[in-house]
Amino acid sequence: MGLTVPGEHRTVSYAPESQEGWVTTRMDFLVNWARANSLWPMPFGTACCAIEFMATAASDFDLARFGMERMSFSPRQADVLICAGRVPFKLAPIIRRIWQQMPQPKWSISMGACASTGGMFDNYAVVQGIDTIIPVDVYVPGCPPRPEGLLYGIRMLQEKVKNERSADAGTRDEMEPDPKSQLYIPPSVIDELGEPFGNSVHQTRSAP
Amino acid sequence: MNRFEVVRTGASSTESEPVTQKNVSHRGAAANPSAKAMQDKFGAAIKRIEVIWGETVAYVDPASVEQVIRWLHDDPSQRYDFLSDVTAVEYRDSEVPIEVVWHLRSLPYRRFLRIKAQLPKGKPLEIASVYDIYKSADWLERECYDMFGIRFTGHPDLRRLLMWESYKEGYPLRKDFPLRGRFSRSEQLRQALAQNPEARYSMEELTIADAFAELPTDMRERLSKGERTGE
Repeated sequence: MGLTVPGEHRTVSYAPESQEGWVTTRMDFLVNWARANSLWPMPFGTACCAIEFMATAASDFDLARFGMERMSFSPRQADVLICAGRVPFKLAPIIRRIWQQMPQPKWSISMGACASTGGMFDNYAVVQGIDTIIPVDVYVPGCPPRPEGLLYGIRMLQEKVKNERSADAGTRDEMEPDPKSQLYIPPSVIDELGEPFGNSVHQTRSAP
Repeated sequence: MNRFEVVRTGASSTESEPVTQKNVSHRGAAANPSAKAMQDKFGAAIKRIEVIWGETVAYVDPASVEQVIRWLHDDPSQRYDFLSDVTAVEYRDSEVPIEVVWHLRSLPYRRFLRIKAQLPKGKPLEIASVYDIYKSADWLERECYDMFGIRFTGHPDLRRLLMWESYKEGYPLRKDFPLRGRFSRSEQLRQALAQNPEARYSMEELTIADAFAELPTDMRERLSKGERTGE
């Protein structure tokens, strides 16, 4: 009994002439593998979608399986912004600023019908899709999406991250809004995105 | 004799326990005793008393609403010590005046009273604030101003509450307000993004919170010149 000294066979040699302990891979694969499996979400929960998001993070669905167990409540340390719920116009500059505060590389997930399109809230107070404020990588449909749906969206984002190439110029470019209007997509596109679809009733506006 | 005295002294309560009334008729149920007291006290200022589903509604002249509510709060036989809501109603017919509604509750007497004042259209929508009587009227009146555009004269800090302060489209709960707002989506978004998300603190709030004195000197100077930012 007692402590045994490790035998000589357990020592790993890092001598270059030895082939043991070496793996060759592509740099992109290694970096993307590391990034995709350690996405730290910045939870931006404003409505019932946030409840499903919490359920996703809790033990039954266990977001930690995908390396996201650490909610980053500071945007400075976050990798992926998950907007769960409707965003009123009053919150528009806040989500914009949180997005700008996040360092590259960063991605965003629009969770649920309201964050993606405004949903049933086709009214004066709610932004018709957060893609009019910040760039969105993955849209998760549902009202609210089940945790499986969010997990599927996260796996899609991981696929996207794994397929990035560092040789692609512009992947990490920060999108700067137009300094005058603070919009980064043309107003006509925003108006088009904000148009109701489905069976919504058309309504005239009294001023342009 | 209140409930605590009953427990303390062991005496039997003279008041009956509160029960939820059943089979209340739509109209014609017994009015709140405060209604008659109000009519005796204020006469013509109380225009009409209605009892709907057992709840008493008093239509009061807009000029004397503040006086009536102050009396309901202060008088020992009324003691309406809880203001649960201040809101307004606009009807679809354009001739019907806008109603401002106060929900008052008297906890000692277990009474509920709804006060309504009718503001005719076409005139400036102004009514006296009850902030001096109930501090809870602060945000309730701000919300009512934000949504209906009714100015509560005497309110110390009448700003928008739900919409941001530079909101230009009007008063959303008015009948002439289109559901999607007056401006196009891109213009709405442009104006929303132009607001400063840190311009949340007013001088009053900073003074009330006693945070103002703890701020750095340069920030205090900037704020005292009227700059509205919390950074």
